[in-house]
Amino acid sequence: MGAQIRVYKRRIKSVTATKKITKAMEMIAASRIVKAQRQVDASSPYADELTRAVTAVATGSNTKHPLTTEVDQPTRAAVLLITSDRGLAGGYSSNAIKAADRLTERLRAEGKEVLHYLVGRKAVAYYSFRDRAVTDSWTGFSDSPQYANAKAVATPLIESVLKETAEGGVDELYVVFTEFVSMMTQTPVDRRLLPLAVSDKSVSTDKQPQARAQYEFEPSAEGVLDALLPRYVESRIYNAMLQAAASEHAARRRAMKSATDNAEDLIKSLTRLANAARQADITQEISEIVGGASALADANAGSD
Amino acid sequence: MAEIHVEVVAADRSIWSGEAALVIARTLSGDIGIMPSHEPVLGVLHSGPVTIRTTDGGTVVVAVHGGFLSFADNKLSVLAEIAELAEEIDVARAERALERSRSESDAGAQRRAEVRLAAAAGAH
Repeated sequence: MGAQIRVYKRRIKSVTATKKITKAMEMIAASRIVKAQRQVDASSPYADELTRAVTAVATGSNTKHPLTTEVDQPTRAAVLLITSDRGLAGGYSSNAIKAADRLTERLRAEGKEVLHYLVGRKAVAYYSFRDRAVTDSWTGFSDSPQYANAKAVATPLIESVLKETAEGGVDELYVVFTEFVSMMTQTPVDRRLLPLAVSDKSVSTDKQPQARAQYEFEPSAEGVLDALLPRYVESRIYNAMLQAAASEHAARRRAMKSATDNAEDLIKSLTRLANAARQADITQEISEIVGGASALADANAGSD
Repeated sequence: MAEIHVEVVAADRSIWSGEAALVIARTLSGDIGIMPSHEPVLGVLHSGPVTIRTTDGGTVVVAVHGGFLSFADNKLSVLAEIAELAEEIDVARAERALERSRSESDAGAQRRAEVRLAAAAGAH
């Protein structure tokens, strides 16, 4: 066998092995998208009810709360960026990071100082490589976040919003994550979580346009708001994390699918090359035999 | 007979929903009993059992750790970060958790375990 064919055979074998791996990863990611979507659906009743309750308090009382009042001159903003822990998901993490960079630039142009909070090893690696200041970061749960994770992330964020600006607190809180629009479309988005805009489109005010029932608050409107708003922020962050997880799996599935397709193409073209090389070998061998035979015949004819 | 539509939801799943005649819960300012046509109320819940008397005469007890209840138009929602149906609670495990939290003097875990046990006792 010619040396050329051996080289092609070896490459075909290695590409086939890679294809098997990417195919397996594609299928794993596909099954996890469904799981992640189910988690998003399971968390929505809580989020909906909470939104309803917050809307009820916000419209049913004139209570002022640090989490809902806009500051006249916001000087500091916190940006929570949600990315993945693992790679091999195409442009998933870098798109989210780019969206966060755009938001940061916009906020800086408005004259605000920006504090970064990161979720996911990819974002942490990106920021530490570029020596950027990170206020806080969390890793290790990007592909299946639990409510406790969201709570752990939300607690320091809420604390810093409640703190006075002069003492290092922030005036605004943004979250950047990848929204799961459909299996094929995931878009990085930035949302302002705090101060809370009650007319936010996620708060469905148009559902009950009629005069809202006047609520009785236990123990008091302030007390309820105090307890309610942090939960609301937690649930929004939880929702963002779940959507980001679903998006991550979808992005990984797509990346692995195109890797599998590329491997198939590569195998096809390598097989063709190997066949051509084999054919060339055979042709050469035949012409050598024929040439040798006729040379022998010529020599025999000469001696006679 | 008027009835209340009750939804008990935890952060990551829906726990129970159905029709009830009476719901008893513990808010920060004391126990509250809600019957049909109660005035709209929004309350912060204490960790503790929430007792639901269903319209068919049964009783459902849910252990709730931190949450709210909101009632309007004969619809009651109980929101909790963590909530468990009493029959789902593993008593032996809760007791072990209680022992452990006592020895580690973890007040939060102890309280959660106590609430679980109380809810489980209330249901049986």
